[in-house]
Amino acid sequence: MKPIEAVNDFVVKFANVNGSGSASANELFAKAILRMGVPVSPRNIFPSNIQGLPTWYEVRVSEAGWLGRRGGIDMMVAMNPQTWDTDVAELEPGGYLFYDSTRPLPPSKFRPDIQVIGMPLTEICNAVYSDPRQRQLFKNIVYVGALSVLLEIEPQVIEKLFGEQYRGKEKLLASNVQALHLGRDFAHEHLKGPLGIRVRRADQVGDRIFIDGNSAAALGCVYGGATVAAWYPITPSSSVAEAFQKYCSRYRIDPATGQNRFAIVQAEDEIASIGMVVGAGWNGARAFTATSGPGVSLMTEFIGLAYFAEIPVTIINVQRGGPSTGMPTRTQQADLLSCAYASHGDTRHVLLFPEDPHECFEHAAAALDLADRLQTPVFVMTDLDIGMNQRLCRPFAWEEGRAYDRGKVMTAQELEAGKDFGRYKDVDGDGIPWRTLPGTHPTRGSYFTRGTTRDPYARYSERGPDYIYNVERLLRKFRTAATLVPQPLLRIASQPTRLGVLYFGSTSPAMAEALGALEEEGVHLDAMRLRAFPFPDSVAQFIAAHDKVFVVEQNRDAQMRSLLVNELEVDPARLVKVLHFDGTPITARFITAAILRQVEAMAPRARPRPAAQELLK
Amino acid sequence: MTYLAKPPLHHPTLEKNRVGYTRRDYEGKISTLCAGCGHDSISAAIVQACWELDIEPHRVAKLSGIGCSSKTPDYFLGASHGFNTVHGRMPSVLTGANLANRDLLYLGVSGDGDSASIGLGQFAHAMRRGVRMAYIVENNGVYGLTKGQFSATADQGSRSKKGVVNSDSPVDLVGMALQLGATYVARGFSGNKGQLVPLIKGALQHGGAAFIDVISPCVAFNNHPGSTKSYDYVREHNEAVSRIDFISPGAEITAEAGPGEVVDVRQHDDTLLRLRSLHAGYDPTDRHKAMACMQEYQARGEIATGLLYVDPLATDLHLALNTSALPLNALGEGELCPGIAALDKLNAALR
Ligand SMILES: Cc1ncc(C[n+]2csc(CCOP(=O)(O)OP(=O)(O)O)c2C)c(N)n1
Ligand code: SF4
Repeated sequence: MKPIEAVNDFVVKFANVNGSGSASANELFAKAILRMGVPVSPRNIFPSNIQGLPTWYEVRVSEAGWLGRRGGIDMMVAMNPQTWDTDVAELEPGGYLFYDSTRPLPPSKFRPDIQVIGMPLTEICNAVYSDPRQRQLFKNIVYVGALSVLLEIEPQVIEKLFGEQYRGKEKLLASNVQALHLGRDFAHEHLKGPLGIRVRRADQVGDRIFIDGNSAAALGCVYGGATVAAWYPITPSSSVAEAFQKYCSRYRIDPATGQNRFAIVQAEDEIASIGMVVGAGWNGARAFTATSGPGVSLMTEFIGLAYFAEIPVTIINVQRGGPSTGMPTRTQQADLLSCAYASHGDTRHVLLFPEDPHECFEHAAAALDLADRLQTPVFVMTDLDIGMNQRLCRPFAWEEGRAYDRGKVMTAQELEAGKDFGRYKDVDGDGIPWRTLPGTHPTRGSYFTRGTTRDPYARYSERGPDYIYNVERLLRKFRTAATLVPQPLLRIASQPTRLGVLYFGSTSPAMAEALGALEEEGVHLDAMRLRAFPFPDSVAQFIAAHDKVFVVEQNRDAQMRSLLVNELEVDPARLVKVLHFDGTPITARFITAAILRQVEAMAPRARPRPAAQELLK
Repeated sequence: MTYLAKPPLHHPTLEKNRVGYTRRDYEGKISTLCAGCGHDSISAAIVQACWELDIEPHRVAKLSGIGCSSKTPDYFLGASHGFNTVHGRMPSVLTGANLANRDLLYLGVSGDGDSASIGLGQFAHAMRRGVRMAYIVENNGVYGLTKGQFSATADQGSRSKKGVVNSDSPVDLVGMALQLGATYVARGFSGNKGQLVPLIKGALQHGGAAFIDVISPCVAFNNHPGSTKSYDYVREHNEAVSRIDFISPGAEITAEAGPGEVVDVRQHDDTLLRLRSLHAGYDPTDRHKAMACMQEYQARGEIATGLLYVDPLATDLHLALNTSALPLNALGEGELCPGIAALDKLNAALR
């Protein structure tokens, strides 16, 4: 079998054992390629376990810049005997298997159609290191060294990364460089390189940055002015709060007094964490919590209170596989309905769908503004795929002099001047009432907040007309929200078409790639990336302008499609499901194949007809 | 009915306190609770305490859960912002509100159903976190608003109005508060305003988490023979262990004087708490003795009331979190947003 030949376009997967210290070595590998100017997108694939179980790190190298998961593996670095068989089976024909050959394996353990590269890693490390932990840790660096020869990754780049990582820790720096060269020397002497897949310096990274979505969301909360964070640990969201703590310690300490301009509480559970956010929001501080599906379930009573009592609340939901503890360390987009309609009674909530860390930052900051502006809960719907994996994305940006939108807060001066204050009055016709903050004025402006209904002056009332005024105003407010949320982005196909596709969130890079692949197959799709719920008018227009619209999402029940049908009252037959829900990030290959299959099935009726674009103008 | 406001007319000669308010200024809407409900007496005691302390009503944030007791914040301090949250979860909302603005006084009102059952966890964690607040549980041993089911504080063997005998042992919130680290722990009785007002005043001035369990008979569902939270039962079995006079610097406010020793404790804000112990040797600053004492009374079927424990130098969550003296809700972009230069630097470090 001919070995795979590809420069700057391949997938390497590392199969390791959780707790063996491979994570930083694997990340080093990915970063080194990035520093050579070649885009990479790595993904941690890990079990719900701390130590001992299998863990994988998959690196897609793509000079073309595709950052979605491709599917298929060109090189497997098989360091986990437990998963050997499935790992070997996953290789593409002609792919490369790199393994620790210290102990011989029977020929049945290999495939005839792959290239096998054995290196006695354990033996080498045992000979050099006496400490058992060192033997284990440096094994990872030694294989990175060998791979750098095989794939032609520049050693200086790796050494520079070591230098940054171990600044001020000279001993660690030296020993890591030594391990790297141990691997390189062995590879030069005993292995046949370079391989058919390899890296060549390119200039394709530009000014993009490399960061995970959870850190980015936390930074968005810092920039967006969040001062109170309350949270309860849950994978994959915990690192949002941890990163918020880190950035606050860096940016939010009053230089004069050493005091903190933030408060972070690890609550006793999700009910308490959202409760604290509700209390802080009520009292005029920007507050958020970060959680995942099960946490949202616990929060729903409070979310209903915040919706009805009209209190700003920001919830970052890093979605994972459900229901229940379904697949706690895998990715999905399966909390759409439970968040959009969280709580009892008639409720509707604002959802934002960031596509990558750049938007995690932007949407987190925007959510804080929107929550204040709309006085309601706002969810940032990220997921494990973007939350916990580093992704190449546009650098963070902040507008000079950007002011926070604190919404309609009546001041003591305005009250003093005799401005009429009715807490739940729709003064401006946009459904958003004015509020006062506790303690504002000695005699005017105080009111009683509660979950029970009231009249426009916040007085308890069970009168039907008062209730209806209130809930209809909330709907009006929701319609206003559609004009304030991040608007969808439209990409028109190169040829006129009657087919469209809707997608959102972390599906974005795979979708971009799939659109190209489909075009090559002669299938042209106008594409719209949804960035928020409620849906702006342009979404209904987009659907109306096409005969069929594929809705691509990562859940079993086509939740986004349900939302579209429910909210826009479109004919369900026009919305075609494309669903991926095995817990792994969706791939371009999957989308392409699924859509091709459906297009073939629906032909010839839906064959491209001219000019959906005309309708969209 | 709550939507009936009280007439705003004040008699011009009504006595004013040092901040210029009459007692009427501390009242709220007309209560909708049953006539004779203990909770109304507690509201009256809160009105009295705030008036006597010269607190500006709008500087108080009053928060509650759900229940008859939790409705009461609407019936006092009409000029304060109130928040009737969800069942059992007032403590977390109060904690968040307190974090947002440390400059207000926080008054949490809850019931025994609210705090000892559904909200037991939040109660416990608010105590251990040291949130600065006065947390009052209006304890009647039943669920009033849902019509008479036993609450978790109902005594074992006590009888419901329908004749059911409670077989579960009770949750003692005072014991829990002591154990969890509350720094001001008291028990009062709604029928003893003379004792209750100073207890509330002490709690409002306390520098950390202050908790008062107030036995507050429910006339509708728990004031019958067989109940251990009825007026008669409590009057018969109540023993006051200490009495407090609250002294703010300047004017002295004296409560009903009692016999026995006097202990003065200076709090961190320089106010004095004068504790009148009815038992020679009862030291309200000793947490362990307070716990032991509580248990002794309990074993005898008696209810110890009064200030059971105080740490006069208590500090709060803000000190632990080292939060800025300027309230977090008052900080602006200048203090909160690290700016473009910092972002550019960060971008550069992420390449
Ligand atoms: C989640 C939830 N469960 C149940 C209820 C119903 N409920 C309302 S008040 C109450 C009990 C109140 O008892 P308590 O706190 O002792 O106050 P009281 O009425 O006796 O003063 C209950 C169970 C509710 N409002 N919310
Ligand atoms: S039911 Fe009981 S607790 Fe509720 S108002 Fe009536 S007397 Fe008070």
